[in-house]
Amino acid sequence: MNGFLSVFKRELKGYFATPVAYVFLVIFLFFAGYLPFKDGFFEIRQAELRLFFQWLPWLFIFMVPAAAMRLWAEERKNGSIELLLTLPITINQAVLGKFSAAWAFLGLALLLTFPLPATIYYLGHPDTGLIVSGYIGSFLLAGGFLSVGSFFSAVTKNQVISFILSAAACGILVSAGMPTTVNYLSTMLPANVVGLVEMMSIQSHFDSILRGVIEMKDIAYFIILIVAWIGACTVVLEERKAA
Amino acid sequence: MIDVQRLRRSFGPVVAVDDLVFKVQKGDVLGFLGPNGAGKSTAMKMLACFLKPDSGTATICGHDIITDPIGVRQSIGYLAENAPSYNEMTVGGFLNFVCDARMIKGQARTKALDRVVPLCSIESVYHQTIETLSKGYRRRVGLAQALIHDPQVLILDEPTDGLDPNQKYEVRKLINGMAKDKCIIVSTHILEEVEQICTRTIIIARGKILVDSTPQALIEKHKCSLDEVFRKITSTKKTA
Repeated sequence: MNGFLSVFKRELKGYFATPVAYVFLVIFLFFAGYLPFKDGFFEIRQAELRLFFQWLPWLFIFMVPAAAMRLWAEERKNGSIELLLTLPITINQAVLGKFSAAWAFLGLALLLTFPLPATIYYLGHPDTGLIVSGYIGSFLLAGGFLSVGSFFSAVTKNQVISFILSAAACGILVSAGMPTTVNYLSTMLPANVVGLVEMMSIQSHFDSILRGVIEMKDIAYFIILIVAWIGACTVVLEERKAA
Repeated sequence: MIDVQRLRRSFGPVVAVDDLVFKVQKGDVLGFLGPNGAGKSTAMKMLACFLKPDSGTATICGHDIITDPIGVRQSIGYLAENAPSYNEMTVGGFLNFVCDARMIKGQARTKALDRVVPLCSIESVYHQTIETLSKGYRRRVGLAQALIHDPQVLILDEPTDGLDPNQKYEVRKLINGMAKDKCIIVSTHILEEVEQICTRTIIIARGKILVDSTPQALIEKHKCSLDEVFRKITSTKKTA
């Protein structure tokens, strides 16, 4: 078993060894169910999960940084990073192992929302493609936010600071593509800059995956987002691990 | 087995380790002495490939700490200061994680655990989570972690700190027992320990080596106890 797998396994177990996983899952699943019903999940009388998926970015802004904040901040705070990085594990393996474990955990949280699609299938005939692409998009979204979160977790030893910084960064990534933001920006910035901001935002890419069109440019966006933040995380850790 | 070549590291304006040069052979137990902030831990962290030196290098069992850090980490056992570990894990879970990371599998793992758990006398706490353990037990878990792959080179940063007198005696006995076919570096503040376990001693202050000798030679040369020798050397150099 190589370094990546051992870190992955330990980290995933770590979520369940403490109440973190259970608290997270209960709260996440409650809101993931509550928010679409608040907006009339049944009343719209359509067999689709659009309302559920639309709320996920907002829910993830708070939930994903909560899952990510411990990744490195805790490790640096109690000094166990010195143990981890003096085992025959490279820093890349450690960063990827932790990231993947947290991503797998978020994937599990998404899978546990299965009662919603199950309800839809029971009540009507939804478009399976739309649901699958919605879940793929949501998983990518979780990965994107998680990479942001793991970066900020490496920046500080304090989990609260890491949470607030990453929630703010994720909030910016989502809201930059909102129509209200775009309209506001277009009053003072040239159109091509506004277009650039909109393109960099998570929202437009997530929306287009939700519509059931899985395009290369949207997948590439998420991959670049994840690789860039994870890379930055590795660089910061290398610099600060001993501080 | 350890060959340190002009290792140097500074933190901002403070030079923590300055031009460190020494060699340690198989069978040596090197006592690393020095006042607080002398650079002992920094030097050990660099040897364990946790910190990168600003300049200079070292080879451990033929692996260079800069070009082959993974090879170095595979061949050493390192106990960091305060023996950090994962508090939410059980002792068994933690040692199994270290085995995972060190690729000790199947039969070899069972053997390693059967050897190291009684060696460090942690049988009674094997299923307890680490956060519930006392300081002494935590340190012994840290020691078990460092010994689990039976490394050729051991780097122990204050291994007896926080242990009660019986446990200190046990750890010293453990180190003496292993000394013959390993190469061990121990940092400590306890000078009687140096007399009991070390075949060689290096005293450093402000990052520089002041003395590289054996405890016996030091005592004979200065004709006083090691305590006084230590005080003489580290304090006269400070005023000079």
